[in-house]
Amino acid sequence: MPILEGEGVTKYFGGLAAVLDVDFHVNQGEVAGLIGPNGAGKTTLFNLISASLVPRPGTIKFKGVNITGKKPHQICRMGIARTFQTVKVFANMPAFQNVLAGSFFGTAAGVSPSEATRGVTEALEFVGLSEIALTPARDLTLANQKRLEVARALATKPELLLLDELMAGLNAVEVSEAMELVKKIRDQGITIVMVEHVMKAIMGVCDRIMVLHHGEKIAEGTPQEIANSEKVIEVYLGEQVDA
Amino acid sequence: MNINRITSNKAFSPVIIGVIAVLLATLPLYIGGYTPILLTSIYMYIILAVSWSMFSGPTGYMSLATAAFFGVGIYTAAFLGNTVPLPVFMIAGGLASSIVALLVGALTLRLRGIYFAIFTFGLVLLIAQLLMFWELHVTGTRGRFVVVLDYNTIYYAMFVIVAVLMLTAYLLRRSRWGLALQSIGENEEAAAHTGINTTMVKVINYALSAFFIGAAGATIATRWTYIDPVIAFHPLFSFLPVLMAIFGGMGRLSGPVIGAIIFAYLQEILITRFSELYMLIFGIILIIAILYLPNGLVGLIQRTWIHLSGGQRANT
Repeated sequence: MPILEGEGVTKYFGGLAAVLDVDFHVNQGEVAGLIGPNGAGKTTLFNLISASLVPRPGTIKFKGVNITGKKPHQICRMGIARTFQTVKVFANMPAFQNVLAGSFFGTAAGVSPSEATRGVTEALEFVGLSEIALTPARDLTLANQKRLEVARALATKPELLLLDELMAGLNAVEVSEAMELVKKIRDQGITIVMVEHVMKAIMGVCDRIMVLHHGEKIAEGTPQEIANSEKVIEVYLGEQVDA
Repeated sequence: MNINRITSNKAFSPVIIGVIAVLLATLPLYIGGYTPILLTSIYMYIILAVSWSMFSGPTGYMSLATAAFFGVGIYTAAFLGNTVPLPVFMIAGGLASSIVALLVGALTLRLRGIYFAIFTFGLVLLIAQLLMFWELHVTGTRGRFVVVLDYNTIYYAMFVIVAVLMLTAYLLRRSRWGLALQSIGENEEAAAHTGINTTMVKVINYALSAFFIGAAGATIATRWTYIDPVIAFHPLFSFLPVLMAIFGGMGRLSGPVIGAIIFAYLQEILITRFSELYMLIFGIILIIAILYLPNGLVGLIQRTWIHLSGGQRANT
């Protein structure tokens, strides 16, 4: 059963269709990848799912419930957490406080201070930031800021995690560490949708990939199918021109 | 839980604060004359500066509506002062300001940066002008007389507001609401996606800070005896609290308090001795504060202390 379904999802910016009539689904427990050239509408689709933007027209359902038009904090409490393409950590707050905000406010039921603190400790340990819990977020490396965003998202106890270019700007070692982290999150039973430009990462961890181009979904399938799809190659490398 | 603030509270132990509070609460019993009157003015500015920084400090929304909330409190006292006792119109003034803040907040807290500042300042002028129009054309007067209370009563009332405000601000800073406000100030979008109902947190906190400002306005109005819209909604009541809070330093709760004490005292001296130069001197002090004291006076004290004690804040 799909955990997330989109039907005819469309978003115009002025006259430009950033996302046009896209149907998509994400299955429970999988890692779904979202790729496409720059400007394909990947981040817009993310913003639509996480309620930063409202699709018009189109509906998005989470666990069978229509979530179109809900507010970002409601979406978060329902169990969809996200990270950002450009990191949006709370720069002047220690890592611990960053995650504490997620722990306190991100769950539907609400938590006691001791539960929240425990949640923070667990999340920081999970992403490997326990050592630097008291460091202000602005002093962390980019890789660690991205981990911190993941920890903050995980502290909201999500069922679905949206990762917007987690690997962008990371070096080779950090990319493989981030891939390990994604697999570790999936093994916790959390469904993941990731936007990514680093092909090694997307091919390595995704169960299924959707390709967007000019706001439309042009292909979908396993990493192998996508890698061999002529349409996708065309989009990324340009059309073959007859001499 | 507030790891970044541990250093600040060492200097002010609860015992010292308690002793100071008891002394101030009973001050008119031993000292009469001018001192309670001066302290009442200082309390007024403490309330304005702390209330302002309670909202604008963590969220980064620069509110210039302080004079509007203050004026609404003052006029509440003018309307009700002759019919109900002081505690009632104090609370009524606070509630009236809160309601204005709720309405304004719900409408405008989606504006960021300079737009919010301009709108909130426009609110001060708007309410003052509307009120002036009403008084001139409907009531047929310009100003109003407010019931007069004796200075000690006003002193005690202002002290109570200060005490409740300081306790509220202190608890707020350490509560999850404080964390939410700070998150909003750091990155509002991320805060919303972390499950924080940003609009609600902002609006309610704005109304809470307006409550204290309005209550202070209702109380101090009884000392002024005569008010009109120009006096009650004077733009300086929007700017001075900002100046005091920045000068004192907004990183700590004590910052706006110290800023308010220094400026209120300075104002008393300057206005009586150099009345033409007093705004000029204020301006120069503010420029110096912004250029050389990015964390305010409290930040400077803290840095000096760390320097003197030879310790450093270890950031791994």
